[in-house]
Amino acid sequence: MSTTIATRRDFLKIMGQAGAVLAIGVSPVGSLLAGPRKLSLEDGAGGEVELNKFILITSDNKITIFNPRPEMGQGTWQSMPALIAEELGVSFDQIDIRMTAGAKRHGPQGVGGSASVRESWMPLRQVGAAAREMLVKAAANRWQVAENECFTENAKVLHRSSGKSFTFGELVADAAQLEVPQNPKLKDPKDFTILGKASLRPDIPMKVNGKAEFGIDVQVPGMLYATMQRCPVIYGKVMSFNESAVAAMPGVQAVFKSERKMLHKAVDGVAIVATNYWSALKARRALEIKWDNTGFENYSTEQYFAECRAKASQDGGTYPDVVGDVKAGFAGAAKVLEAQYETPFTAHAPIEPMNATVSVIGNKVEIWAPVQSSSGTIETIADYLGIPAENITIHVMFMGGSFGRKGYVDFVMEAAAISKKMQAPVKLLWTREDDMLNGPFRPGMLNAVKGGLDAAGNLVAWEHKIIGESIQHQAFQVDLKNGPDDWAAETVDQQTSPYEIPNRRQAFILNETLIPIVWWRSVYSSTNSFGQESFVDEMAHAAGKDPLDFRLAMVKNEPRWTALLHFLAEKSDYRAQRKAGKFVGIAIARSFGSSAAYAVTVSKKGTGVRIEKIVGVIDCGQYVNPDTVKAQTEGNVVMALSAALKPAVTFVDGQAQESNFHQFSILRLNKTPPMEIHIIENQEAPGGAGEPGFPPLAPALCNAIFLATGKRVRKLPFDLENVG
Amino acid sequence: MAKYTIHVNGQKHTIEAEPDTPLLWIVRDTMGLTGTKFGCGMALCGACTVHLNGQPIRACITTIASLKSSARITTIEGLSSPADLAVQQAWIAEQVPQCGYCQSGQIMAATALLRQKANPSDADIDLAMSGNLCRCGTYPRIRKAIHQAAVLMKEQKNGDKK
Repeated sequence: MSTTIATRRDFLKIMGQAGAVLAIGVSPVGSLLAGPRKLSLEDGAGGEVELNKFILITSDNKITIFNPRPEMGQGTWQSMPALIAEELGVSFDQIDIRMTAGAKRHGPQGVGGSASVRESWMPLRQVGAAAREMLVKAAANRWQVAENECFTENAKVLHRSSGKSFTFGELVADAAQLEVPQNPKLKDPKDFTILGKASLRPDIPMKVNGKAEFGIDVQVPGMLYATMQRCPVIYGKVMSFNESAVAAMPGVQAVFKSERKMLHKAVDGVAIVATNYWSALKARRALEIKWDNTGFENYSTEQYFAECRAKASQDGGTYPDVVGDVKAGFAGAAKVLEAQYETPFTAHAPIEPMNATVSVIGNKVEIWAPVQSSSGTIETIADYLGIPAENITIHVMFMGGSFGRKGYVDFVMEAAAISKKMQAPVKLLWTREDDMLNGPFRPGMLNAVKGGLDAAGNLVAWEHKIIGESIQHQAFQVDLKNGPDDWAAETVDQQTSPYEIPNRRQAFILNETLIPIVWWRSVYSSTNSFGQESFVDEMAHAAGKDPLDFRLAMVKNEPRWTALLHFLAEKSDYRAQRKAGKFVGIAIARSFGSSAAYAVTVSKKGTGVRIEKIVGVIDCGQYVNPDTVKAQTEGNVVMALSAALKPAVTFVDGQAQESNFHQFSILRLNKTPPMEIHIIENQEAPGGAGEPGFPPLAPALCNAIFLATGKRVRKLPFDLENVG
Repeated sequence: MAKYTIHVNGQKHTIEAEPDTPLLWIVRDTMGLTGTKFGCGMALCGACTVHLNGQPIRACITTIASLKSSARITTIEGLSSPADLAVQQAWIAEQVPQCGYCQSGQIMAATALLRQKANPSDADIDLAMSGNLCRCGTYPRIRKAIHQAAVLMKEQKNGDKK
């Protein structure tokens, strides 16, 4: 098994119950530094001393730093330890990184909302700085010198004038006797040696030699393999099945009715447990299940979108950030335009399908799983099984992609239910078909936008209605009767779309569906921005203005957007004379604390276009590793192209129609256009990096297509080679 | 169940399995070589790519019974030739992986390409690599890394001559 998982001692648990428990949320710094923690060298099997909750040091100077935020490709395996290491004074080749295991004392241990670096920037730096001050104090005491004559570097404390030094290991026993400082002094960013510098990610060597352990790779003694057949019509009920015939098949240990517990509803399934996965799969193919599909058997995504369009004329729940008088604004406008933009349901489709290995024996539970939150998964399983959280151990494995999906742990509950029945460790592995047919999916949405221009071509009135199912409403049963979904307006509301328009209103119109939905990379921003930035472009053309100038005129009081748009123009040579036959579309969006913008160059090709080049710029404030920011943005470009151009998820007769990568396809290497990503440098507070690169890509592409062909793409996905 | 003898990464293994068991589950679950990944089960994504006598194949649709006794299988854990090491080195230099899950398959496809063509063109890379999906979107870096691996191999060769 993985050695990257922390095992904790009971008395440490008792001493450290001060942490914040939120799966995603800002932890008060004090809770991560709670002390004093007067520990002895006897603590820890390898003579490790816990200097604070995130740092272990042995007397022979082996240093372990805990990473509280699960790794799904976004780089927390590096970024979280980097925040601590920078302040502590160690380099990456001197540390061993371990994943935390959901203990409350480690604070928030979930990933989502591109939040890890922005939430941890101060707290984890303070964790490192506090440890540094303790080590420095221990050294200064021994040398009988002032603390300010000492500094740390490469896991040593050095005395500046004499050059004397102690390793951290030589000091740790003394340091651990000291009070943990609650307000340690942080480094001046100009002295950073790790943060903000491009460096090699520590998880990459093990990802090029097959040694990285993902959830699917877990093997534990006595483990059985499970698969589950869920109803093709998601809410169908199991009436009967050929249990005895399937149970008699080679390797099969058990066949029984089980369940899939989603956030909003539990549905039936038939579980098969076998001594190996292939036997389980073969037995599943032999299953004959009689389902009762009453109630959902006629449902389709076509019906859903027809309902959305029918509701588009409603006023909807208005967001509180209304500006001016929208009715009067439209009444006084010289020209009014309206358009609707449709974005489909789509699957996360990480290449690692959902899986979990769970052992439920009596009232003890052990979990090995690729999940976006250790603490959150423990809470969910405790609640689901009715077993106290302290009886549950979790080992969070690398995720083979997630994009939001593995923050929804229906698959862990499924494995838990099956293991409970078997009273043995069980690895449940979804097939690709299970993944694509069952969701939860990104909700399909309709954006209805209306704009008014005055005689001079200035945008004087604006209304943006977001229409569709709400994740909060479906998954968390949030009542939206008294107002709009407060998650749903990112990239559209005043705060994230800072265009100055004198009369402006945003609204949400609920259209319920039983198709299971959840957050998907950049969530509503992934769909909202298509409507928002396409329509800004439509208005620019209606006003007879250059789309960049049209935007710049509306962000005069927004220096960061002004700077980013100019930066985009510079990096893409937007103002240069265009080569004949090349057309450049742009778009900008703010989401998850950062802003990104693209200039997409296309040329005409038959009845469609060819993407020549994509230039992306991002303003994410301060960052940990610029190369990771670029990699995430490149990834967003590729994922956004897949979402714009490749078949999505459709339902007919209550069933998803796309079962594997031949039907729900994603972009391949040969169709990936050249791209370059640039980061704008500033000293602003850190923003997100994992998602903000997604939203503006599709509108920038479609804005380029309009210039090239005169055709306005208002529905995704579409065929690049035939834009109608 | 039947008995099969197969050669994986230079070692001979005798295993018992149903004849239609895909090689993927033999290497992963029976042999514990978990670097080879499951992604689709239909040869659509390439995550399970291994070498059969040096050629890239999809282990998810290759049954154990279909392998001849002369078959020599190499998985990501068995990479050792100069081309293999150049690819892994280039993958690190270009910081290709994000989640890393598809990368074993990507690397197996790339090493097979570079063994055949020491200096592949972009068109060669398109042809050899477009069967391997990456949901994180590392394609631009994969392309760069293959070009870089070709350079590394050339330098290595020149170095050997000196």
